[in-house]
Amino acid sequence: MSPIFYLLAALTLAGGLATVLLKHLVHAALAVTVAFAGLALLFLQLDAQFAGFAQILVYIGAVAILIVFAILLTHGADLPKEGVFSKTWALGLVIAAGVFAVLAWAVLRSVSAIPQQNTMPAVTVHDIGNAFVGRYVLPLEIVGLLLTAATIGAVIVAMHEKERPR
Amino acid sequence: MAANLDQIFILLRNWLVSFLPAALRPAAGVLLGVIAIVCVFPGFFALTTVFERKGLGRIQNRLGPNRVGPFGLFQPIADGIKALTKEDVVPLSANAVVHFLAPLVMVVAVFMEFAVLPMGRNMVLVDMDAGLLFFFAMGAATELSVFMAGWSSRNKYSLLGAMRAVAQMISYEVVLLLSSVAVVMIAGSLSLPKIVAAQDQFTNGFPHWYIFTPWGLAGFLMYAIAATAETNRSPFDLPEGESELVAGYHTEYSGFKFALFFLGEYLAMFSISGLGTTLFLGGWSAPLSVLNFIPSWIWFFGKVMMSIFVFIWLRGTLPRLRQDQLMNFAWKFVLPFTLLNLMVTALWRFMGEGWQRWVVCTVILVAAYVVMGRLEMRREHFGPRSYRYAE
Amino acid sequence: MTAATPLAGYLLVAALLFAIGLTGALVRRNAIMVLIGIELMLNAANLNLIAFWRFGPHPEALTGMMFAIFSIAVAAAEAAVGLGLVISIYRHTNTAELDKIDRMKG
Repeated sequence: MSPIFYLLAALTLAGGLATVLLKHLVHAALAVTVAFAGLALLFLQLDAQFAGFAQILVYIGAVAILIVFAILLTHGADLPKEGVFSKTWALGLVIAAGVFAVLAWAVLRSVSAIPQQNTMPAVTVHDIGNAFVGRYVLPLEIVGLLLTAATIGAVIVAMHEKERPR
Repeated sequence: MAANLDQIFILLRNWLVSFLPAALRPAAGVLLGVIAIVCVFPGFFALTTVFERKGLGRIQNRLGPNRVGPFGLFQPIADGIKALTKEDVVPLSANAVVHFLAPLVMVVAVFMEFAVLPMGRNMVLVDMDAGLLFFFAMGAATELSVFMAGWSSRNKYSLLGAMRAVAQMISYEVVLLLSSVAVVMIAGSLSLPKIVAAQDQFTNGFPHWYIFTPWGLAGFLMYAIAATAETNRSPFDLPEGESELVAGYHTEYSGFKFALFFLGEYLAMFSISGLGTTLFLGGWSAPLSVLNFIPSWIWFFGKVMMSIFVFIWLRGTLPRLRQDQLMNFAWKFVLPFTLLNLMVTALWRFMGEGWQRWVVCTVILVAAYVVMGRLEMRREHFGPRSYRYAE
Repeated sequence: MTAATPLAGYLLVAALLFAIGLTGALVRRNAIMVLIGIELMLNAANLNLIAFWRFGPHPEALTGMMFAIFSIAVAAAEAAVGLGLVISIYRHTNTAELDKIDRMKG
């Protein structure tokens, strides 16, 4: 387990924690961008170059900007009077801790059952392209339809309604 | 001799690196490449600021700066001293951390873009398999820094400028990506050195640059429009228009941080010109095969400098586009035309060699351009012009 | 019992990030923070997929990487629609806090 892995994991988890704990929404959005960047670097460390660059391009270049636009359009920068955490925060924390405990137990108990292999065949973008139009062409087309529907839907949902004469 | 001159930087690097033990050589080689990029491109930036001011001055029928040094060529030194010694004013209610980080994020993201550009034969810093995707990923990271700068200044005008800039950059980024995909389709690889190698062939002395094909010319024009908009240059510079928004998202920056933003903007111009050169203008390859004795890096930097000159020329000539005109232009004209270009590129590839594909592709593109242009030229019907004077 | 394999390390990081995202979705009051928590959870699942692809059998089948790429695309679409909904709700009820949006009557 190389020191780079520990560094990147620490960066990602620190970003995630900062997102949840920071009071100001825009700071939280920037912290989640740091978490996305840490994850992209983890993908690159796992030899998934295409996924890593796609993560940067989509998440940091589009989703993070979408989040900050939404924060600005809903005036999220004004802090609410009663604080940013809900009344039942302790229960939420307990549930999340329980989920982590179950997942960690499952991982540690069963990971020795998987045959580990540390050598990677070089994956080129050519192979990914072939997979997209070969084995995975149906998901590709469906994701195309989904993205079209999501685009049209987001525009319609967020559009200003026409003033109806009263 | 010509081959040696062509590879002179590679030979220099290998000679310097040979002083080190073998284990450190690859890392030292990359480090030397990084140092070279960090020294050369800001040097070009300094030269470009002077050329821009002199060029704009000449277009506007005046001399540019001509006091400092012969023909004003030492002006960047004076500008640098001014920028470094100015007081760094941070507004009291500004978000200090984000305000500090915004120019850094921009400059870091832009410098990373240079890592995949092939600046000469064998002269690419990192030959990544998905090099083009890496370039666009770093370009996307630049948008976030623009938003950070505008929001953290706690200034209405900065925020407005940042919003406009981000909306514009996102819209034109799609066009940039789609026009590059046409090149990737023909070259068959996302790796930039391979794209240049695919253009480095000559038939009867004429090069195989993609700009000399119908889809390549259309793609290059769309790419040039999108590149001008991505770097917030005139005529798309409403976000930082000096007469509109003070200075847009970098209003509240002074001294060294403003210099960093300025550097970031010009370096983004260089890297996007470099990518346009690589994709459409043949990268480091010579225009005619007889001219191959001139080193490849001279061709690359020459083409990039020509693109910068065109940027400066556009700035001095065209009036600024309004925000809604700019967005209309992007989504209703440029993007459909780029999608059509993609289909024409596919048609080009599958029609096989011959004169038919030239004719068919040219006819389709010209017809589409004329039709879409006419559609866009329908004007809203304005009433007769009326004036209101102050009472 | 603790197996110090690299795969276990990545899976634990993904599990922890998932739990952090779940905390964010359950504990914060603003609707946008809940969406950010959901994005963190999706990212943790992507990390899981890529880790299993890298260390598991048959990485040349590219299944994990494909799944992760499709997941990134779907998550972006879902974020867009979700944030559009939050903006629409804000326009209607003038608040984005989930504690206040608890009535069906507009």
